[in-house]
Amino acid sequence: MYKVKVFITLRENVLDPQGTAVESALHSMSFEAVRDVRIGKYMELTIEKTDQDIDDAVKEMCERLLANTVIEDYRYEIEEVVAL
Amino acid sequence: MSLLLEPSPEIIKSQREYAAMGLTDEEFTMVENMLGRTPNYTETGLFSVMWSEHCSYKNSKPILKKFPTSGENVLQGPGEGAGIVDIGDGQAVVFKIESHNHPSAIEPYQGAATGVGGIIRDVFSMGARPIAVLNSLRFGELETARVKYLFKEVVAGIAGYGNCIGIPTVGGEIQFDPSYEGNPLVNAMCVGLINHEDIQKGQAHGAGNVVMHVGAKTGRDGIHGATFASEELTDSSEGNRPAVQVGDPFMEKLLMEACLELIQHDALVGIQDMGAAGLASSSAEMACKAGMGITMNLDLVPQREPGMTAYEMMLSESQERMLIVVKKGSEDEIAALFAKYGLEAAAVGMVTEEKLLTLTHKGEVVANVPVDALVEEAPVYYKPSSEPKYFRDFQAMSNVAPVVDDFKETLVGLLSQPTIASKEWAYNQFDTMVRTNTVVPPGSDAAVVRIRETNKALAMTTDCNARYLHLDPEVGGKIAVAEAARNIICSGAEPLAVTDNLNFGNPEKPEIFWQIEKAADGISEACKTLGTPVIGGNVSLYNETNGEAIYPTPVIGMVGLIKNLSHITTQQFKKPGDLIFVIGNAKTEFGGSELQKMIEGKIFGKSPSINLELEKQRQQQLLKAIQNGCVASAHDLSEGGLAVALSESLFGTELGARIIVDMEAVTELFSETQSRFVVSVSPEHRETFEKVVRDASCIGAVTNNGVLTISHEQDGLLIDTTVQSLEQAWKGAIPCLLN
Amino acid sequence: MKFAVIVFPGSNCDIDMFHAIQDELGEEVEYVPHTADSLEGFDGILLPGGFSYGDYLRTGAIARFSAIMPEVVKAADAGVPVLGVCNGFQVLLEAGLLPGAMRKNRDLAFICKQTQLKVENNTTMFTSCYEKGELITLPIAHGEGNYYCDEETLAQLQANHQIAFSYHADNPNGSLENIAGIVNENGNVLGMMPHPERAVDRLLGSEDGLKLFQSIVRNWRESYVVTT
Repeated sequence: MYKVKVFITLRENVLDPQGTAVESALHSMSFEAVRDVRIGKYMELTIEKTDQDIDDAVKEMCERLLANTVIEDYRYEIEEVVAL
Repeated sequence: MSLLLEPSPEIIKSQREYAAMGLTDEEFTMVENMLGRTPNYTETGLFSVMWSEHCSYKNSKPILKKFPTSGENVLQGPGEGAGIVDIGDGQAVVFKIESHNHPSAIEPYQGAATGVGGIIRDVFSMGARPIAVLNSLRFGELETARVKYLFKEVVAGIAGYGNCIGIPTVGGEIQFDPSYEGNPLVNAMCVGLINHEDIQKGQAHGAGNVVMHVGAKTGRDGIHGATFASEELTDSSEGNRPAVQVGDPFMEKLLMEACLELIQHDALVGIQDMGAAGLASSSAEMACKAGMGITMNLDLVPQREPGMTAYEMMLSESQERMLIVVKKGSEDEIAALFAKYGLEAAAVGMVTEEKLLTLTHKGEVVANVPVDALVEEAPVYYKPSSEPKYFRDFQAMSNVAPVVDDFKETLVGLLSQPTIASKEWAYNQFDTMVRTNTVVPPGSDAAVVRIRETNKALAMTTDCNARYLHLDPEVGGKIAVAEAARNIICSGAEPLAVTDNLNFGNPEKPEIFWQIEKAADGISEACKTLGTPVIGGNVSLYNETNGEAIYPTPVIGMVGLIKNLSHITTQQFKKPGDLIFVIGNAKTEFGGSELQKMIEGKIFGKSPSINLELEKQRQQQLLKAIQNGCVASAHDLSEGGLAVALSESLFGTELGARIIVDMEAVTELFSETQSRFVVSVSPEHRETFEKVVRDASCIGAVTNNGVLTISHEQDGLLIDTTVQSLEQAWKGAIPCLLN
Repeated sequence: MKFAVIVFPGSNCDIDMFHAIQDELGEEVEYVPHTADSLEGFDGILLPGGFSYGDYLRTGAIARFSAIMPEVVKAADAGVPVLGVCNGFQVLLEAGLLPGAMRKNRDLAFICKQTQLKVENNTTMFTSCYEKGELITLPIAHGEGNYYCDEETLAQLQANHQIAFSYHADNPNGSLENIAGIVNENGNVLGMMPHPERAVDRLLGSEDGLKLFQSIVRNWRESYVVTT
């Protein structure tokens, strides 16, 4: 079994209104040192071992469904775990 | 939690474990007597939720008996998921209001969202297609970060659920007062349409018929939500987060479509929402109403989490679930129907002759209790009641008009009071028109939704001025009903019936119980006089924070029938030259008024008085005039009085108005005397209008210059200002407070 | 002319679309479930608004993998008029039938109100009954209508006159260049956030959406006469 963590963020050049709102909230709470907030999504997938290369599989999932690459970037971490 | 950790009956009794679940010592003894033994953990849980105020109405039953509940058009009164009223042509309207106050105080987004989800399920569980949602909301003043957060999140939660499921949110009201600071009110009302032959009941008839659990799986969320709703909020309540459920509007959309297909199926015997107290109340109530029993194997309940106990499954308030009873042998067919919508339908039990709720789990009987004991034999309390001193003090005060120096600034000030100001900020977040039947969206007196393929429409509103109720619960109760009816009439509809949501403080306090009693007396009398029976509703008590009760707030939801689309009337003035009439004269009545609150910073004195017979007469006359086609616009006079009503009639138009008044100016412009309307009439209809409507006096005319001019016969010009400047103040107030 | 209204789990403006075609236009229309595998016999395809699959991952992201979608793509490639409104637009973007993507509204809240639009291109099969530059009023109701595409794509949209509608005076959601609706290069696929199907009856406030449907029918009739 694999435990896969997928992180999806808006691409750098895309405006992130949620991030901007959180940033200004933090400023108003006097965390003035905050320079930038980008909000994204985090997903955890538990995937069974198959013949397909796990890296290829996760990449395809991200490209086709989990991220919209027009506006989003993704990265992931794969960890092999023992099934319970 | 594992079964092994559950305390034994002996421990439950000796350690008074039942007390933590909400049962009193006397109630626990009652349970022991009914069973002839000490209940086990699961059984104690069943009794504690079924006997909570939320499920049993044990404190409010004597009150609810006061309400008139029948009428020639009432097809279903209180007792089922929602009430039903005939509207002719084989159709009926189904509606109900319900509170989600405590969950919203703890987690406002999900609390409000699941409140909307729950009331929608109540309506489609009757077999009706939900056509509109309204919300009645109360918050503290928009001053603290916490109140602003609650307001924003509640609105977002309503929007998140209602928009996604695709039922338009068409109206309601939002008011602000310090008494709701720690205990906001979130009451949601749903209106549905049904053909008579499709009306369903939540009854488990026919021994051997199959009980099925449909929709979402059962998880650990919301365990003891019904008990939680029946306790006061304290500073530690935020730690009780497990009681808050998370809503899934997409699941409910699928469940709704599946259930509406199911009601056309011959195999369906009964259907009920799993709302408060989940599987416990739905199974016990369905069995009790049919005079039968139910036996369930809890191993078969679809579970979202591993290792759930019987106690947890029975008390779970996971959302988007229904309990249905279907004819024996039809399980597979019904499961296939739900599978088409991607939903699970699991046979979990059977209807039995013996009037017992019998539960097995992992091969053992974990509960075996008479259904009547859970449902009908819950204790009923007649709480002591006593008239509070504050009431006698208020009654002793004489009616005085506040002092006003600058009439224009006073009007601008009133229009900027959050309770009067435009609620556009909130309702622009609601999809008000999905399903394309919304003729009058939020912002007018009542919302109007047409009925496709007919020439009819339904008008709907929620109302309650709790300040009047605080000053005088009986008169305030009458006014709440009268105002709702006035709103319905102004839209061109005939009032049909009422659903009420009785929001009060802790009924164990005699002063609070007195408020409940008096308010119910007032509501009952008004409903009788105005011919609008109470066909259902909800009671929400214990609305207190750290010992402080909210104002008595019995929200009245009312639905009316518009018999011809041409009768639909809005509050906006229509064209220059139309004559402006006011129906009824102002008296010096400022107790609980917006002006008093604004100038004095508090409310006191007597509430405005009301004569229900006069109210009824004026309503009938105005409706007749509207139906005759001689009324261009109609608006009821409420918070803020005449000057505010005139302004609201101009907002959204390019028009102006020239008004002349002749009595004491402050009273004329700002008094909240009841049973009054502002109406505009085209000059050629003047004669007909005046023949039909007795107490109307012409006070001016609609102009095309976008200016509101109000002058006094002796005192001269009082107000002369552009409508635009007034509208800016009115629209800008809430966004400004939130920023 | 016969229209298909595609119904995804969570579609909720399907009935509005259906009635607009049937009651106001008087044309044939049928609901087609997301599980269907053919759009044979339909002359126009309508993807309605709503919250397909709850919009839980991203708007339209899951719906675009429905069984019916390859058929929608096939029809679009064959020149059949395809109209996606609101969630339908979002599905068309995710499916790659139109360029760009949707972000959350600028103010992060769902917005439902009447908006004023300008008809930017009246030469498409969806807009030919309007005047160029005509100002019309249609309602919007969405939480994610903040259209985005990269500069290169925008330049292409502009060069090919693919921007069909733009918000006039007040941009409610922050969309790039005030874009409210775009067509594909061939001009037979239109995606738009405002709801023309909610503006076909004066009783409900506006009938400015009627001309859009009338344009589709008129163009179809003309091409049908020419080709047969």
